[in-house]
Amino acid sequence: MRTRLYSLDELNDIPGTTVFNAQRSRQAYHLHKFCMSLMQEENRIAFKADERAYLDRFRMSDEQKQAVLDRDFTKLIDLGGNIYFLVKLSNTDGWTTQKAVSSMTGMTPDEYAAMMRAGGRSPEGQRSIRGKN
Amino acid sequence: MARITAGIATSHVPAIGAAFDQGRDRDEYWKPVFDAYDWVKEFQKAEAPDVVILCYNDHASAMMLDVVPTFALGMAEEFDVADEGWGRRPVPMVMGDPVLAGHLAEQLVIDEFDLTLMNTLDVDHGLTVPLSLMFGKVEEWPVRVIPLAVNVTQFPTPSAERCWQLGRAIGDAVRSYPAGLNVQIWGTGGMSHQLQGERAGLINPEFDNAFLDKLTADPDALRRITRLEFLREAGTEGIELIMWLIMRGALGESVEELYRFYHVPASNTAVGHIVLRPTG
Repeated sequence: MRTRLYSLDELNDIPGTTVFNAQRSRQAYHLHKFCMSLMQEENRIAFKADERAYLDRFRMSDEQKQAVLDRDFTKLIDLGGNIYFLVKLSNTDGWTTQKAVSSMTGMTPDEYAAMMRAGGRSPEGQRSIRGKN
Repeated sequence: MARITAGIATSHVPAIGAAFDQGRDRDEYWKPVFDAYDWVKEFQKAEAPDVVILCYNDHASAMMLDVVPTFALGMAEEFDVADEGWGRRPVPMVMGDPVLAGHLAEQLVIDEFDLTLMNTLDVDHGLTVPLSLMFGKVEEWPVRVIPLAVNVTQFPTPSAERCWQLGRAIGDAVRSYPAGLNVQIWGTGGMSHQLQGERAGLINPEFDNAFLDKLTADPDALRRITRLEFLREAGTEGIELIMWLIMRGALGESVEELYRFYHVPASNTAVGHIVLRPTG
């Protein structure tokens, strides 16, 4: 066996964090294909005109489609999504990245923006679930 | 003989690009950030680099879906500006340097770096926001750009040490190029930030400032930071800082710090900016 600096299980030990990897990338392939399609104006128009019909063009799971309709970014991350793809959706909605990001924190956009202005979220207690630090 | 005359690092937050494009760059929120980049604009006028090797990450604009290259080098004469979902940024087309890029590709693969070579590549805010910060509003960019896109999104990213070694090889490759070009290398992204999950909004000024200090004082310590430590300490997107190590590795043993800036926040992110001169 080759030696490793740490067990990959430790990637699951960071509070409130999902590490995007090759398996997740594959799980979200069609979701991400949808997101990247929004890089073209005509597709943004078609999506806005009938979201459900537009989503049905893609081989995404029903759960992924519903999470898109709900703009549920937490769920979309759970279902394999990565934020850099997902912001194509929030950009299409005219949201700032900050608004999309804040929606995953349980804070309102204003509360989140105030936290950022005050210096952001401290890493204290946020490094490790097991280590409680 | 070509020379690397400076290494520059900067964050590449999309909101900075939006503020710049919409003329909000001197409003209360953004003024401290944009004021801090006045220095480097003057520096660039005096330095007049011919080419920038620009280490950045593609934000699911040209890659990441069908192909996920660890290191991808832009070989083309020109690189179009991607539409990231809000329309293209109103900035000039980015002009490449296929001859130097061809030399780098040759040398780096011979030096065991199995690069992906991109004959077509649309570039996103990761590359164009740093250009705006360094050169301001221009009709055309005053420099040719060789994009070097690094996977910092899908785990595992390359390690800090691997980035450092790639930087060293880039430095050697530039120095073996016969034309007398003035070359800069830029590392972009960072500093601490996390854009997903309940932990989003993480900022770690202690980690960031130590990182800035060690670029001159103890770069070997930065090479030993694990991916896990980056994620824990600097956030899931803070791992972009490995791209700064490509820049630093290319500068050689010792450097002089010419300028530094650190500020929280720009949207979700801690902004860091440093200008380094190789000294031997």
